[in-house]
Amino acid sequence: MTLPIKSFSFHLILQQVGEVGLLFGRTTINIFRKPRETKIFIQQLEEVGVRSLLVVSLTAAFGGLVFALQTYIGFHRYIGVGSEAYGGPIISLGLTKELIPILVGLMVAGRVGSAMAAEIGTMKITEQIDALYSLGADPIRYLVAPRTLACFIMVPVLTLYGDIIGIVCAYFFNVGMGVNRIVYLRNTLLYLELWDVLGGLIKAGIFGIVIAIIGSWQGLKTEGGAEGVGRATTRAVVISSIIILILNFFLSKVMPERLGI
Amino acid sequence: MIRINDLHKSFGQNKVLQGINLHIQNGETLTIIGQSGSGKSVLLKHILGLIRPDRGSIIVDGVDICGSSEAELNNIRRKFGLLFQAAALFDSLTVAQNVSFGLERYRDLSPKELQKRVKETLAMVGLREIEQLMPHELSGGMKKRVGLARAIAYEPEIMLYDEPSTGIDPIRADAINELIIKMKQEFRITSVVITHDMISAYKVADRIAMLYNGKIVAVGTPEELRKSDNQIVQQFIHGRAEGPIKEW
Ligand SMILES: Nc1ncnc2c1ncn2[C@@H]1O[C@H](COP(=O)(O)OP(=O)(O)O)[C@@H](O)[C@H]1O
Ligand SMILES: [Mg+2]
Repeated sequence: MTLPIKSFSFHLILQQVGEVGLLFGRTTINIFRKPRETKIFIQQLEEVGVRSLLVVSLTAAFGGLVFALQTYIGFHRYIGVGSEAYGGPIISLGLTKELIPILVGLMVAGRVGSAMAAEIGTMKITEQIDALYSLGADPIRYLVAPRTLACFIMVPVLTLYGDIIGIVCAYFFNVGMGVNRIVYLRNTLLYLELWDVLGGLIKAGIFGIVIAIIGSWQGLKTEGGAEGVGRATTRAVVISSIIILILNFFLSKVMPERLGI
Repeated sequence: MIRINDLHKSFGQNKVLQGINLHIQNGETLTIIGQSGSGKSVLLKHILGLIRPDRGSIIVDGVDICGSSEAELNNIRRKFGLLFQAAALFDSLTVAQNVSFGLERYRDLSPKELQKRVKETLAMVGLREIEQLMPHELSGGMKKRVGLARAIAYEPEIMLYDEPSTGIDPIRADAINELIIKMKQEFRITSVVITHDMISAYKVADRIAMLYNGKIVAVGTPEELRKSDNQIVQQFIHGRAEGPIKEW
């Protein structure tokens, strides 16, 4: 009897990891090479950043609210009335280090990663990728490098923006619940460190690279017609979301809790 | 001078090219004829290094395309202009940006010169006042002609045309034949023209090669092919359903 697991061959996975690694390497080299595709880079900054603002605002606001809600309940129930104001630093820490980077990463993967796979995939099946080669433009330099750089910059920017939205919403939730606003604020400012925020932003930058590379990789691999583009799009979102979640855990694990001394 | 030696290419079980041998002289126009799906486009893409063969070599002016790195290929490709069968215009760019795409990369021109050159090239393929349109606003035949303009804009030494007249009305198709002839006469361009259209093949070709079953089964001047006693060739050039070619 043959085990189905055998067809899910190990060397196929290795090959795919190799493909992604190679694409990442060539993209990195091309980011530093001149001439740069400045026009496309700026377009992508807008596409990744500005056009994601609404989605990020909503997810960060409700992420912050629900986190504040449960923290409030936790303090209220287990420590007692009046202790809810100590929730401030916990909420801010959880938001800036984990929740917001993850939420922004997943949202951008869904919005931008899928669009990259669809756009590059369509170019592949309509021979526009071949046309790029024939006209002396390396698709990695022309398409992948500006997208990767834009995601690397914009996902942290969106995360910082989401941090602020989330923290502000959590603050107003607590104030609305009658928590002492002075104590809440003082605790937050006292215990939240710059490194907590920075750590989250570093992770977000890495997520940005993952989103762009996986989206481009799936796009460049696209075969077949519209169906192939659909498959590439779905795969780009699923694969990059899973990588983001797994990578997040390990990054959190290896990152020092605080910087320096 | 392009020398194609013993070129093989399969996609999975589908053996498309099975030992192509073909020499293309500088300044000549070679037409490749053959049925749909016989591998004409695949052959053309090999010449530009867009597809790597399983076996065999393609030597362009002494350089082996098949053994070249991407960086070397990039240099070799500036010699070539390729008109894609389905035009393959960049659909996020305007007509003007499409036509100037290769120009910007292969030539050092000021924006003003660039604009002028785009206008001239579009006029050469019979198009005017469409610079700011997007590809989806064009008809199929117009796309094809913009694709042609994009390929000839930077004055390549070798032009590869993949079915230049397919999808274009007979009058414009003949204008493109004239253009192919003019480019050869004025600029000494080497051309490889893929076509099903025998009228066009006779008109533009110095030599005609026929691709069948993954091989070049006949090559010669239009006159030689017309008189060929190869039944496959006779069936194709006369467009007969009856004959040695059974699958269609
Ligand atoms: N990228 C590809 N992957 C798999 N098969 C291909 C690919 N390109 C072409 N083929 C196959 O090669 C054969 C020849 O195609 P093509 O060169 O386009 O024919 P034509 O002579 O009409 O231009 C066809 O059977 C086609 O299905
Ligand atoms: Mg073809």
